Amino acid sequence: MNEVLKAVGNVFLKMPLGFVVTLRHFFKKPVTLDYPYKKKPMTPRYRGKHYLERYDDSTERCVCCGLCAAACPADAIYMEPEENEKGERRAKIYEINLLRCIFCGFCEEACPEEAIFLGQDYEFSDVNRNAFIYTKEEMLVKHPRKDNPFKRLYRRVRKVHGVTDKIS
Amino acid sequence: MSLEQKELTLNMGPQHPSTHGVLRVIVTLDGERVVKAVPVIGYLHTGIEKTMESKLYYKALPCTDRMDYLAPMSNNLGYCLAVEKLMEIEVPEKVKWARVCLAELTRIKSHLVWLGTHALDLGAMSMLLFTFRDREMIVDVYEACGGQRMMTSYIRIGGLSHELPPDFEKKVRRVIKEIPAKLNDYEDLLTKNEIFINRTRNVAVISAEDAINYGLSGPMLRGSGVKHDLRKANPYSGYENFDFEVPVGKKGDAYDRYLLRLEEIRQSLRIIEQALDGMPEGPYRAHVPGVVLPPKEDVLYKMESLIFHFKIITEGFKSPKGAVYQGIESPKGELGFYISSDGSNKPNRIRVRPPSFVNLASLPKLTEGGLFSDVVCAIGSIDIVLGEVDR
Ligand code: SF4
Ligand code: SF4
Repeated sequence: MNEVLKAVGNVFLKMPLGFVVTLRHFFKKPVTLDYPYKKKPMTPRYRGKHYLERYDDSTERCVCCGLCAAACPADAIYMEPEENEKGERRAKIYEINLLRCIFCGFCEEACPEEAIFLGQDYEFSDVNRNAFIYTKEEMLVKHPRKDNPFKRLYRRVRKVHGVTDKIS
Repeated sequence: MSLEQKELTLNMGPQHPSTHGVLRVIVTLDGERVVKAVPVIGYLHTGIEKTMESKLYYKALPCTDRMDYLAPMSNNLGYCLAVEKLMEIEVPEKVKWARVCLAELTRIKSHLVWLGTHALDLGAMSMLLFTFRDREMIVDVYEACGGQRMMTSYIRIGGLSHELPPDFEKKVRRVIKEIPAKLNDYEDLLTKNEIFINRTRNVAVISAEDAINYGLSGPMLRGSGVKHDLRKANPYSGYENFDFEVPVGKKGDAYDRYLLRLEEIRQSLRIIEQALDGMPEGPYRAHVPGVVLPPKEDVLYKMESLIFHFKIITEGFKSPKGAVYQGIESPKGELGFYISSDGSNKPNRIRVRPPSFVNLASLPKLTEGGLFSDVVCAIGSIDIVLGEVDR
C-alpha cells in the first residue's frame, strides 16, 4: 500500500517538476549554432589542417630535415629534399596523407624550424581519395603571416631566456 | 491442440541502437524471461595493444586516446603513469595537480555521456540533449588544453604537452559553477520519475559477493556496496592530498548505480575545486634529459636541448628491462596498463586491463531471469565503450 501511495505521489507531485525543467527550455536561447553559416571559433591550439610557414622574406622555413616524419605515429608524411638557387636545402616533395593523419600534432611539436603547423581549418571533405594527399604547394602559405604561432613562440623564448638582440 | 513451448534464441546487435556501439548479445528467451544472455565481442577490434608494441614509447600515446574515447585523459594518464613507473620519472607537483584536475573533468564528462545514453535507452530523449549540451563545457577545456576535443593526447610521458592554457582556470571554474545546477535538473527529471524508477529499480541486480567474484570495478562494484576505489586504496598522481568521499550503493541495482554516478560527479567537482585552489607553480614537464622532450623554448635556444630533441624524436628512449603494472580509477573502473620491457626503445608487450571488458562479463549474471526489455537497461548501466572492450 505504502509503495503504491509513494508511486502515486511521484507521478502527481514529482514528475511535473521534470516537465517544468523541459518547459523552461522554451524560454531559453538555443545553444546550437546555425552551422554552415555561423562557425564556432576554434581555440589557438586547435589541431586542424596543416600549413607550412615562410620566413618574412618569403623563403620556406622547412629544411626537409625529416623530423616531423620521424615523429609521426601514423607514418603520414613523405618528403624528398632539394637545393634552392642559393644552395639552401628545402623540400622538393612534401606530402601529408590526410587519410592516414590522426591530427595528433606531433609533427608540429617535433619541427625544430617551426615550419609546420596545424591550423584552424576542419572542413576538408572531398569526393576523391587522391585529393587527400596534401602536397607542399597546397600547404605552403602564400605570404608570411602577421601573427604566426612561431612569432609568439620566439617572444616566449626571449622572455624565458632573457634574450635582447633582435630575432628575425 | 496444445501450444508448443520451447526456448527462443534471439540475436540482438551488432547493429542495435542500445548496444552502445557494436556489441552482439545472443539472448535465449523463455517467453518474456531471459534464460541466458551471452555477449559476443570483437566487432570493433582495432588491435591497439599490438599496434602499441610496434611504436616508440612516446608514439604509442595517441593509441590510448582511442580505446575509451569518452575518457581520453584517463587513458593518457594510465599509460603515462605506467611508463613513468618503468622509467622512474618523478613529475613536478604542478603536473600532478593538473592531471588530477583533468582526470576528474574526464570522469564528469564520461558520466554525463553515460547518463544521456542510458536515459535514452530507457526512453528519456531530452536527457541526451541536456547532457551533451553540458558536456560541451568540458570539451571546451580539452580543446583549449590539447587542441583536440576528443583525442586530446594532452598528458604526456613526464608531464603535459603544453603549458596549461591562460584561460584554463576561468573555463574550469565555469564547469564547477554550472554543473551542480544542471545536476539538480537531471534529478528533477529522473530521480523521482516513476517510469525511470520502474525501469531501473531491482533490475540488473548483482550482489557484493558476485561483484567481487566477477572482478568488477568502478561504479559496478561500488553500486553493490563494496567501498573500493583505487584513488583511496592505492593513490596515484597525488590523490592522497585530496579530500573526497567514495559513494557506495546498497542494493546493487541499476537505480543505485545511477544515484552513485551522480554523486561521483559531485565528488569530482569537489576534487577539481581543491586542485584549482591549490595548484602549485612550476614547470609543466619533468627535466629528464634523454627521456622527456625538453620544452620548445629551450630547443630553439640551447644546443644540448636541440640534440636531445632530435635524439628522443628519432630513436625514443631505452627502457630498463622489467615489467610494471599501473592501475588507475577511470570513470568506468580499474584501468590498468601492464608494460613488459626487454630493454629496447619499444615496449615488448602492452596489456591493458579494460574496465568495460571485465564489467561486461557480468552481463549474463545481471540479466538472468529478468525481462527481455531489461537487457537494454543492464547493458546501459554497465557503461561500456566498445572501443575499450575490443581494443
Ligand atoms: S616541417 Fe619541420 S620537421 Fe618537417 S622536414 Fe620541415 S623543417 Fe623538418
Ligand atoms: S598530425 Fe600527427 S599524424 Fe598527422 S602528420 Fe602530423 S604527426 Fe603525423
